Amino acid sequence: MELTVLGQSQTTAPAAGGCASSGCGSNDDQLNHLPEHIRAKVHNHPCYSEEAHHHYARMHVAVAPACNIQCHYCNRKYDCSNESRPGVVSELLTPDQAVKKVMTVAANIPQMTVLGIAGPGDPLANPERTFDTFRQLTEKAPDIKLCVSTNGLALPELVDELCKHNIDHVTMTINCVDPDIGAQIYPWIFWKNRRVYGRKGAEILIKQQQKGLQMLVDRGILVKVNSVMIPGVNDKHLEEVSKAVKAKGAFLHNVMPLIAEAEHGTFYGVMGQRGPTHDELQELQDACSGDMNMMRHCRQCRADAVGMLGEDRGDEFTMDKIEAVDVDYAAAMVKRAEVHAAIEATLAAKAKAKVETQNLASLQTAFVSLSSLTLPKKESRPVLMAIATSGGGIINQHFGHAREFLIYEANAHDVRFISHRKTDLYCSGDETCGDGESVLQKTINALKGCEVVLCSKIGYEPWGMLEEAGIIPNGEHAMEAIEDAVAAVYKEMGEKGLLDKKPETKQRATA
Amino acid sequence: MALQIVDGCVNCWACEPLCPSQAIYAAIPHFLIDAKKCTECDGDYADKQCASICPIEEAIVDSQGEALNPPGSLTGIPPERWEQVRAEIQAR
Ligand code: SF4
Ligand code: SF4
Ligand code: SF4
Repeated sequence: MELTVLGQSQTTAPAAGGCASSGCGSNDDQLNHLPEHIRAKVHNHPCYSEEAHHHYARMHVAVAPACNIQCHYCNRKYDCSNESRPGVVSELLTPDQAVKKVMTVAANIPQMTVLGIAGPGDPLANPERTFDTFRQLTEKAPDIKLCVSTNGLALPELVDELCKHNIDHVTMTINCVDPDIGAQIYPWIFWKNRRVYGRKGAEILIKQQQKGLQMLVDRGILVKVNSVMIPGVNDKHLEEVSKAVKAKGAFLHNVMPLIAEAEHGTFYGVMGQRGPTHDELQELQDACSGDMNMMRHCRQCRADAVGMLGEDRGDEFTMDKIEAVDVDYAAAMVKRAEVHAAIEATLAAKAKAKVETQNLASLQTAFVSLSSLTLPKKESRPVLMAIATSGGGIINQHFGHAREFLIYEANAHDVRFISHRKTDLYCSGDETCGDGESVLQKTINALKGCEVVLCSKIGYEPWGMLEEAGIIPNGEHAMEAIEDAVAAVYKEMGEKGLLDKKPETKQRATA
Repeated sequence: MALQIVDGCVNCWACEPLCPSQAIYAAIPHFLIDAKKCTECDGDYADKQCASICPIEEAIVDSQGEALNPPGSLTGIPPERWEQVRAEIQAR
């Protein structure tokens, strides 16, 4: 099967009801301009569809911890440190245990549609354990989609085996297409029964990745490419990577920030390699996006996460808790199908409502009224807003409880989702990273560049500190739909004349 | 003539399927090599398979107790640098 290569042959036909502009926030889903058969494959996959991640859940199991390469951002004493939270070792399961766990979770969380095998390690470096798990699940739980993440080294020889299972997509981490850059990321690979170091190893890895990507695309499997942005190493190069994988037919490119702290014991961590700032990451994501979908809601979840994106219910389903459980999967499948149908109905209703609002809007209100504000469009600049939410597409979280924020951009034409920012992961540079730095200050630093924070509630102290940092706290839109609230706040800002000029930057983080 | 897996092993499973002599087995607290079975891959491969994929420096040693992957050889982190960083982290 031939996949349409995005941006090459695309006329970007908008899906029914969608908006023709790809970045338009009125798109229910960024994936709207993908061909129908691709959308069908990803619409209920929380990691691939921005819309789906509010409604469907995923889980990961760790069954295959071996790896056949070494990345400088990884310390094998922990999990694969860029695909999952470093420093937390996942519960390693045998394939039989994994199958049991997946079926138990699927019965208890019917929204669970996808099982992924990612880190620790490379699932395809331990193909027996990975495929044993897949084989059993394809047979016993045919309503669960399977997903695998790989570094690609062993991919070409295993593509055919992989295609036998219930797999629609594969995630491949591709950090470079240039072996000289690769040599700075991968110290060695294990290839044909020996360890191959440096540039030579990187060259083999890159060849295998590109070959594997081609083979998957040829077989109609969707490939998402993850890249880790490493400042000074591959940051300038990733645009080229994006073009190369796009040309081969990858359907999503996800640029993730390097996470490197000394205590992770990785090469980059120990050698003081810094991660990118939010601004740098966002800029690169924008540069790579072009006409290809960029994934912006990735949470870099840990290898045995369970539940909705951004939440982890793994603790409820540890092996000791589920060993005794007996799952009636036939009954569970019936219930699951009902729940999925209900979600689909909600989504369809939502989409319909949106079209209607848009039609109305084009007549008089909402977005159009923005342009009829006294200010001419080009002068009303875009504004970034941070949202505290625990899911469901509404503003429903207390500022102080938010461990991550969704970042939206509003401009005169639309509202769009940009990214999410975790408050505990990033460090914006040495000067703000003193030991005495409070959690609150960290959070405020993480919100750099945003002008408004929308949350359900906010305390007195953070209110003052946010204001001091030039960020307007706003708790007036609690329980409202995110996009509507962002549009309303933007409109208000316009009415107050706040959109004409850049705000003076008072934020400490910019100092 | 046999290799030995020692303390540093993180039980990653990488070596086990590669051993041509089926000498490696999962054990607690870490994987072990059956000294009676290990041939050091002699006659099968030029490189000792377990040591060639093991990602952990000093986890596999020879009969003299000498690490097949000495410090710094796999991560590229100079051992002195690692010591220094470790001391800094502990001092926090
Ligand atoms: S592929 Fe993943 S597990 Fe393997 S070394 Fe790289 S980050 Fe670590
Ligand atoms: S040296 Fe070879 S034979 Fe001995 S344990 Fe390692 S892989 Fe097996
Ligand atoms: S490859 Fe090394 S760390 Fe992994 S199980 Fe074998 S000896 Fe242990």
